[in-house]
Amino acid sequence: MNPAAFDYHRATSLEHAAELLGSLGDEAKVLAGGHSLLPFMKLRFATPSALVDIGGVAGHDYVRLDGDVIRIGALTTHRSLSESTMLAEHLPLLRSAASSIGDPQIRARGTLGGSVAHADPAGELPMLCRLLDATIVTTAGSHSAAEFFQGRYTTPLADDELLSEVVFPVAPQRGEYLKFSHRLYDWALVGVAAQRVGGDWRIGLVNVSDTPVRALAAEAALAGGASLHEAAALAAEGLRPAPSHRASADYKLHLTRVLTRRALEQASS
Amino acid sequence: MAHSEASVTDPATIKARFGIGQSVRRVEDARFVTGHGRYVGDIVIPFSAHAAVVRSPHAHARITGRSVEAARRSPGVLLVLTGDDVLAAGFKGFTASAMPEDLGAPKGHRTFRPILATDKVRFVGEGVALIVAETAAQAADAVALVEIDYDVLPSVTHLDDASAEGAVQVHDDCPSGNMAWVLRFGDQEATDAAFAAAPHTVSLRLENSRLSANPIEPRGSVGEYHQATGTYTLHTSSQNPHGARHEICGVLGIAETKLRVVSPDVGGGFGMKADAYPEDALVLWASRLIGRAVTWIATRSESMLTDTNGRDQVVRGELAFDDNGKILAIRAMAMQAVGGYIAPAGLVPSIFSLRFIPSVYDVKAALVMTRGIFTNTSPLGPYRGAGRPEANYLTERLLDAAAIELGLDRAEIRRRNFIAKDDFPYKTQTMFTYDSGDFRGVLDRALEIADWNGFESRRADSASRGLLRGQGLSYFIEQGGVFNDRMELRFDPGGTVSIVAGTFSHGQGHETTFAQMVAEWLGMPFEDIRFIQGDTDAVPFGRGTYAARSSMIGGSALKVAADAIIERARPMAAALMEVAVEDVNFTEGSFQVSGDPEKSMSMSAVARAFYYPRGITDKFGVGLMGAGTWSTERENFPNGCHICELEVDPETGEVVIDRYVMVDDIGVTINPMIAEGQLHGGFAQGMGQALIEHQAYDRESGQLMSGSLGDYGMPRAVLIPTLTTAFQNTPCLTNPLGVKAVGEAATIGAPPAIMSAVLDALRPLGVTHLDMPATPDRVWEAIRTAAASTEGVTS
Amino acid sequence: MKLPLTTTVNGTTRSHEVEPRQLLVQYLRDQLGLTGTHVGCDTSQCGACTVLVDGDAVKSCTMLSLQAEGRSVETIEGVAQGDQLDPVQRAFIEEHGLQCGYCTPGFIMATKYLLSRNPNPTEDEIREGIDGNLCRCTGYVNIVKAVQRAAAELASGGTR
Repeated sequence: MNPAAFDYHRATSLEHAAELLGSLGDEAKVLAGGHSLLPFMKLRFATPSALVDIGGVAGHDYVRLDGDVIRIGALTTHRSLSESTMLAEHLPLLRSAASSIGDPQIRARGTLGGSVAHADPAGELPMLCRLLDATIVTTAGSHSAAEFFQGRYTTPLADDELLSEVVFPVAPQRGEYLKFSHRLYDWALVGVAAQRVGGDWRIGLVNVSDTPVRALAAEAALAGGASLHEAAALAAEGLRPAPSHRASADYKLHLTRVLTRRALEQASS
Repeated sequence: MAHSEASVTDPATIKARFGIGQSVRRVEDARFVTGHGRYVGDIVIPFSAHAAVVRSPHAHARITGRSVEAARRSPGVLLVLTGDDVLAAGFKGFTASAMPEDLGAPKGHRTFRPILATDKVRFVGEGVALIVAETAAQAADAVALVEIDYDVLPSVTHLDDASAEGAVQVHDDCPSGNMAWVLRFGDQEATDAAFAAAPHTVSLRLENSRLSANPIEPRGSVGEYHQATGTYTLHTSSQNPHGARHEICGVLGIAETKLRVVSPDVGGGFGMKADAYPEDALVLWASRLIGRAVTWIATRSESMLTDTNGRDQVVRGELAFDDNGKILAIRAMAMQAVGGYIAPAGLVPSIFSLRFIPSVYDVKAALVMTRGIFTNTSPLGPYRGAGRPEANYLTERLLDAAAIELGLDRAEIRRRNFIAKDDFPYKTQTMFTYDSGDFRGVLDRALEIADWNGFESRRADSASRGLLRGQGLSYFIEQGGVFNDRMELRFDPGGTVSIVAGTFSHGQGHETTFAQMVAEWLGMPFEDIRFIQGDTDAVPFGRGTYAARSSMIGGSALKVAADAIIERARPMAAALMEVAVEDVNFTEGSFQVSGDPEKSMSMSAVARAFYYPRGITDKFGVGLMGAGTWSTERENFPNGCHICELEVDPETGEVVIDRYVMVDDIGVTINPMIAEGQLHGGFAQGMGQALIEHQAYDRESGQLMSGSLGDYGMPRAVLIPTLTTAFQNTPCLTNPLGVKAVGEAATIGAPPAIMSAVLDALRPLGVTHLDMPATPDRVWEAIRTAAASTEGVTS
Repeated sequence: MKLPLTTTVNGTTRSHEVEPRQLLVQYLRDQLGLTGTHVGCDTSQCGACTVLVDGDAVKSCTMLSLQAEGRSVETIEGVAQGDQLDPVQRAFIEEHGLQCGYCTPGFIMATKYLLSRNPNPTEDEIREGIDGNLCRCTGYVNIVKAVQRAAAELASGGTR
């Protein structure tokens, strides 16, 4: 319940935060909404020596259309995403997936940047970055989503590098995100998103691997003319999900296939 | 008072508005909705220090060394205690309040749990050291600095492992491996004969998974030693302050007169907080050592590890029956996980898990046995239902199986076996005497409300949406209350009255319901009734609230006290009204004179006379008070019927309850709103057991895998279906109020009704068995296994 | 090493020196004596610690007190107007939407937030709106009814 002691610094800008992180060393961490970091710290799974609070940094809470991309500031909350009319028009899948994260109180504080940097394979936002080929813009440059999620909670972010923006190509076509099971758990036991981008289907998977993944075999099958049903049967190809006391590996694989079929069907209707 | 209206003083109006049977809004709510409830974590004793417990990371290990020097030097640390200090102090360990030998059963293996582990740790989370520091954060910082050397042993957290031949022993001195006790009821000869001759038998192996009470308020204690008087005060989140006092004094070697225990507002208990814990003793001891109060508030993670848990039982049951589905005999052999130590009330669930197996049915022969098995887990304790869910679940599943074998409607087989309305008092094979009940009436009402017979069209509708639909029913019976208790009524010079309660409300609304009783019985204005509980200095004696005991035991004791008040006041009333005693009666809320309707006096007015400084008090004495006691010698047996309809998604295994009906016989309904609230909450916990909750230990490592509320599976609002409830009461014949309990009923009735419906939904797919919790992965697994075996048969 | 913190709590400006690791719920309870906000877990699940920060319902156990710098915090103690209970509080009493009371302040704050954003929620929207709050006593049935009642009263002009 009580985190270990740390020094606290308030950043006035992301660049200032990067400087602070640089001088504080690798035991310092960024604090945005805190809803990934603080729970870890309260259980003392994380014991950073210093926190750099960027919560008060202005100018990074936005959802903007810029040609054929949507730029979203790193400090945009899940709640803002779930209510954004810009997203409703240009990237509705992100809006609906964000509305399923956690609960109302968590959505008020959790940020896009925080979730993406946390790289939890059970998180919706990392999956959507991967699904939509987002570009993750930081204070030191940018990363493609394909390279960004290297493992569970593992990204290429340097110790003094912060997310400033995530850029998503627009995807105005109907997509569907199915999270199983909202009634029972507040996280996704397995989650599947299906989205058409241009003429092609993309399928993103949550909580079946150490990173968010795409169901590439299923995507390829669809591109090759397979039916939704046939493609969904390939959705779990190559996956070796870790079993938990809530789900055997076989069940997760099965659920992946079922939810993929359903997401494809619903996104097609 | 929450009510800001003019006081109602006319007895008839008092009864109509505030009497028994009215849904009076709760007195206690005013403080809770404004944030002025006072829970143990809100208690601030000036200069209190704060404690943290160092806990074993291993499920089973010998302690071979300790080093606390680094911890002692940590900033703010005032004191570090370990098992060495416990031994040096000569404290006794916590032990069972009752062992089987106390009930005439074969001797069990009594354990003593030291307040900090001495030679061995027996479950993950067992306390090995106590750190006391200036702040809670500083105490937490020092936890990692305590070095304990462990010689790790194999652990047995699973019943099958703990009960296996040659299993590692949790208690080295236990003469029979890990067997803590054996209990049995019934007649072996008669049962064996009935089975041998029976045309039909069914048998089942059922699991009741381990559950954690998880009240939203974790445990906590504030201990103070008072140098000036050599006495102690403990504030603790307990359902039973007098019981806690008794247990703690036994452990610390203190006379009970020297310890005051106060339960402030308590944020839920469900049986888990019915007994004292090591931390209660630790804070008192530590306070004496450092000369300051010591506060310890559990984190949720600690609570998940160390609270007593419920259920964790496996039972093999058999039913013998005839061609008409009439039960000939029941046989059951069970094992229940006791944990690393026998908790004070650890025996209770095992006893009830057997005694209610015959349930509401006319069972002529039964043999039911259970073994308590030590496991490297948190200790077993009472958790809402405490064994009655296990018992009722077995019998209901057996009856369903019998009905299916005979092709009988599941409601019909119950009808054929119910104890008839005219057959009371009825003595069961497990030595209960049921006093009253109308099981058929309750069942029929439930069937009607639920439209039991209209199921098929709803099943077709679900099928059209790709879903399986199942319908299930359960009938249950249980016992309201254990032990005895004492209630007082005490008037004051102003003519208002205090209820001094031995019971302890922690959500049940006693401040309101007991006041309703006194308002009606004594014609007292509702606002003039004060409620005192939870303080061993203010309440001479009590046993707290658990086991759904308070309406009967507390209510009946209060009635005895009220009658004593009336009898004591009557001569005073006669004297004040200048009439003969024989001419005065207390009726309809006031003292009235026969033949003279103009003359009457309120109880309040008469009470005030008992406090005059002289005169009439010379004759009648000073003070108007009365006490009453009641016990469970003649029990009450609430009972009821649950009917569940649910849908199962065959592709994902997810179960969604669509309709749910509960009809309960609670004897007499004191406050319908509060009684219904108990059913809702009890249902949520029963549903939780059936569909999602599971306190799961890893079989290999002994680690707790469900160590957070999310991992455990706490029901949230999105999971609760629409509930329909009704009361169909047959007054209890063994207490003056006629009440039967309501507090635990729904938790007992829900698991079998839900599982009955799940299996009904899955039966067409060839699934014949499923254990709780029916989580989607387990449902899917059952479907897959059944499909594979069907294919094997047909291919 | 303590740092300065200035917030407005229930309408009053408060200034204190706080340890960085102090959580907002600890600040409210331990330094301001506002013990109506409760702690029920350590994994941000139970919601008993819910308060309003700049009008948003947040879990005060998952915020450092320093993160509330310059912000306005409303706790359960600020809900009633003197002796006048808020319609949400009255609704919880009327509908028996509480038993032990421990989770109740969190539910009341979550309800106030929900109704401020969605004054006429459906039953499903109510269940979603309180999805961040756990209750072990009531089974949620009467909590949902309390929210419905509060919504109706506020819609018909109930105070606050």
